[in-house]
Amino acid sequence: MCLGIPGQIIEISDINHKLAIVNIAGVKRQINIACIINEQHPPEKCIGDWVLVHVGFAMNRINEQEAAETLKLLEELATAQAQI
Amino acid sequence: MKYVNEFREPEKAAALSKQITQLCNQLNKPLKLMEVCGGHTHSIFKYGIEDILPPNLELIHGPGCPVCVMPKGRLDDAIAISQNHNVILATFGDTMRVPGSTTNLLQAKATGADIRMVYSPLDSLQIARDNPDKEIVFFALGFETTAPSTALTILQAAAENITNFSMFSNHVLVIPALQALLDNPDLQLDGFIGPGHVSMVIGTEAYQFIAQKYHKPIVISGFEPLDILQSIWMILQQLVENRCEVENQYNRLVEPAGNLVALQAMNQVFAVRENFDWRGLGEIPESGLKIRNEYAQFDAEEKFIIPNLKVADHKACKCGEILKGVLKPWECKVFGTACTPETPIGSCMVSSEGACAAYYKYGRLSAISKKAEKVALSKLAIL
Repeated sequence: MCLGIPGQIIEISDINHKLAIVNIAGVKRQINIACIINEQHPPEKCIGDWVLVHVGFAMNRINEQEAAETLKLLEELATAQAQI
Repeated sequence: MKYVNEFREPEKAAALSKQITQLCNQLNKPLKLMEVCGGHTHSIFKYGIEDILPPNLELIHGPGCPVCVMPKGRLDDAIAISQNHNVILATFGDTMRVPGSTTNLLQAKATGADIRMVYSPLDSLQIARDNPDKEIVFFALGFETTAPSTALTILQAAAENITNFSMFSNHVLVIPALQALLDNPDLQLDGFIGPGHVSMVIGTEAYQFIAQKYHKPIVISGFEPLDILQSIWMILQQLVENRCEVENQYNRLVEPAGNLVALQAMNQVFAVRENFDWRGLGEIPESGLKIRNEYAQFDAEEKFIIPNLKVADHKACKCGEILKGVLKPWECKVFGTACTPETPIGSCMVSSEGACAAYYKYGRLSAISKKAEKVALSKLAIL
């Protein structure tokens, strides 16, 4: 039920209804972006954003820096294990 | 696929598995961690995570599957709504085979009710636009992950003044369910793998009571195998260091305050019910969401006569104990015999996120018996 899948916004399809087109592994679908827009981040700034898509809505933007930090930590754990 | 493949690397999983084993050896006692979310349960089975965990570490599969915790009575209510002349009932596919007291939505559809599966609540709104002469009811269910999307759909319907659309709200809240589990003396847990996508909406602060009042570590986790393994490692690290904190492994998506736009939409449309009935857990105070009076025109419970009956679960079905983590699916007499995904008796066998369906589909029952043997031996060793 709470499944979400990462996708990248490629186009704003209907600015009045806050709708955008997202590319999920090659599949394109219209989604609602109301949850990820505000004054600092208007719809036109969303193009290129990676978001988590759930039941036709972008629920949040994926933070690239945080993802890189997590992967770095996982790399360090694996390296530490290899040295034991 | 970006943000997916990087979190599935087998070498890193193997390294984490070894680190987890070392920490479990340090702790040197049987450990029970609960993954609250059904999405985690599904991932744990799909990727065989239990097979690479040490024998003294047991994962308990929690009640975080909205389909599994829906009582039969609410399903009967949805079927009753679908029987109304002129109604189109729209629903997520997950609900179609959940058993009601005598039938399910799929059988109701087969006998003539207009029931349609949709991917998004917005699709049900489109059905309302396309069928102005029909009454469209969306069967809304899910935790805080899904509630904002249904709230935003109602706000859209209000903005467009769509009068032939309503929702039958069965949304539930994670925190009261966790509270009920923690207050259950039958359940002894050492820590929680916290629900990632619910937390993306509600944030991490809501879980502080678990650490402060109940002294259990909780780590909010992503859904890929490395996410789950890293979260288990983080919980064990807390246990080794004698800490009880709320930690966030899924910080690429989860912020401490959650998603304010989503929360605001939820609060605008929904109010907390005084009580809500959960399959297996019974009535939990302030654990469900109803549509506010301001939006009563979009509330199916106001628009239609609903039986609203409480229906007892099948006597042979142990879904309740399984949802509380007190029993394992294979300890239920009807598991895999009378109760299968094709002929489910209990809802844990219906949803792919239900513990019974996960055990049935990804089985490893031989591994389970070996693991049970190992656990028994490790307990003897500790004694």
